[in-house]
Amino acid sequence: MTSWFGVVLAVALAAALTFLTLPIVAIFAQQPPGDLLSALGEEGALDALWLSLRTTATALALILAVGTPAAYLLATRRFPGRAGLITLIELPLVLPPAVAGIALLAAVGPSTLLGRAAQDAGLQLALATAGVVVALTFVAAPFYVRQAIAAFEAVDPTLLDASRTLGASPARTFARVAIPTALPGLAAGTALALGRALGEFGATLMFAGSFQGVTQTVPLAIYDRFATDFTAALALSAVLVAVSAAILLSVKLVRGPDAVAR
Amino acid sequence: MRRALPLVLLALAGCGDDSTVSAGGGDKPQLVVSAASSLKEALTACSKDFPDATVRLQFAGSDELAAQIRQGVPVDVFASANTKLPEQLEQEGKLEEPVAFATNRLVLAVPASGGRVDSLAALERPGVTLAIGAEGVPVGDYTRALLGRLGSARAEAILANVRSNEPDVKGIVGKLTQGAADAGFVYASDVKAAGGELRAIDLPARLEPTASYGAGVVTAARQPDAAEAYVDGLLAGGCHDALLAAGFGEP
Repeated sequence: MTSWFGVVLAVALAAALTFLTLPIVAIFAQQPPGDLLSALGEEGALDALWLSLRTTATALALILAVGTPAAYLLATRRFPGRAGLITLIELPLVLPPAVAGIALLAAVGPSTLLGRAAQDAGLQLALATAGVVVALTFVAAPFYVRQAIAAFEAVDPTLLDASRTLGASPARTFARVAIPTALPGLAAGTALALGRALGEFGATLMFAGSFQGVTQTVPLAIYDRFATDFTAALALSAVLVAVSAAILLSVKLVRGPDAVAR
Repeated sequence: MRRALPLVLLALAGCGDDSTVSAGGGDKPQLVVSAASSLKEALTACSKDFPDATVRLQFAGSDELAAQIRQGVPVDVFASANTKLPEQLEQEGKLEEPVAFATNRLVLAVPASGGRVDSLAALERPGVTLAIGAEGVPVGDYTRALLGRLGSARAEAILANVRSNEPDVKGIVGKLTQGAADAGFVYASDVKAAGGELRAIDLPARLEPTASYGAGVVTAARQPDAAEAYVDGLLAGGCHDALLAAGFGEP
């Protein structure tokens, strides 16, 4: 591979690698690690981390509880309009965050019928933690559902048939055969949804606002600090980089090296 | 290593507002103006007619724009919603001597359709929701200083009702027009720009609700001459008139 083409490939790879890794390395190289760690000790930073953890966990629980059976239905039944339905569910995947924020305001914002009904029922969404959960769920769910449909589709149908022939109910077949068999794919989908939810910024700010301990998640806290306390912004960014790297690695470990490409 | 940072910051800045105002001329130089969110309507209107260059306007919270200039993002003019940030940048050698070019009035804004707030005193009631500027953002700092003049007990009661600390003044306006918050502190010009959706409740003069805006030429400006002409235009000329029409006051 000493031809000119080999050189072109190598140069392209070097350029891509430099461009993609330099900003991430810079997060860690700008300040001594000790400064980054002590910036994390600040009360607001811990509040943001704790809030991000809580809202992401709640959103993931909702996504798993509803998304798993929904994906199973879409993966195992053939009906007219199925492809269109899947496309609709996947749409938020490619929506810009600002559009997601506007869409949520238009659908369940405080001045809409649904938003008012939720408020009357005691569920405060606007400028409240529940609003953050709604925003995270909206943007992250498609990542899980899409992966879950693929995982259930890959389950050998004869396994499901055998389970039913042996007398298991459809519900039992779903819980004891389909889910365990599809588990690696479901886990990968969970990790991708987790990554998206942790990083959510625009929809959260527009829909839920920004308040320490209530709606200010880590990405919002980074934005809040970037003008006033760059070191603290770097420290929180470093945490998100570490978490994201861990998510990516775990996906690769569960599904093998090609998992993320799917 | 340091060269990579402006790229990261530019990506972040993309979250703010960015609009290009073309004057039609093909080969005129491009002038980059970083301006406070509250200047959006006035400067967008007048920058089309700026003769010396095609003006590229970038709006965000003044503190974010100042942070970009500190990090070396190439900007020609900085127009801030206070005089503190331009003065700080001047001391750091990042900005030529700034000038105060306009004033604005802080008001209490409420949805025009009516609601739970009709006076400053109503803000102290439990259950009222407020959206204000975050600390470090000029409108947020003005708001906190103004509330401080009410005395600490009243200020604390009002701050306890804050449900969102917005990164710029347009974020507050959005929360009010969407009905997410009952009231917020914004500039008189923002209420005017909201076109009838918001109502302004004037604040007593003893609370010193006047905000002074400062602008200057960035030291590293690529178009220093056009930048100076633009700043002059803020003091007298098309942009000055546009500011007055948008509800700003003389400096």
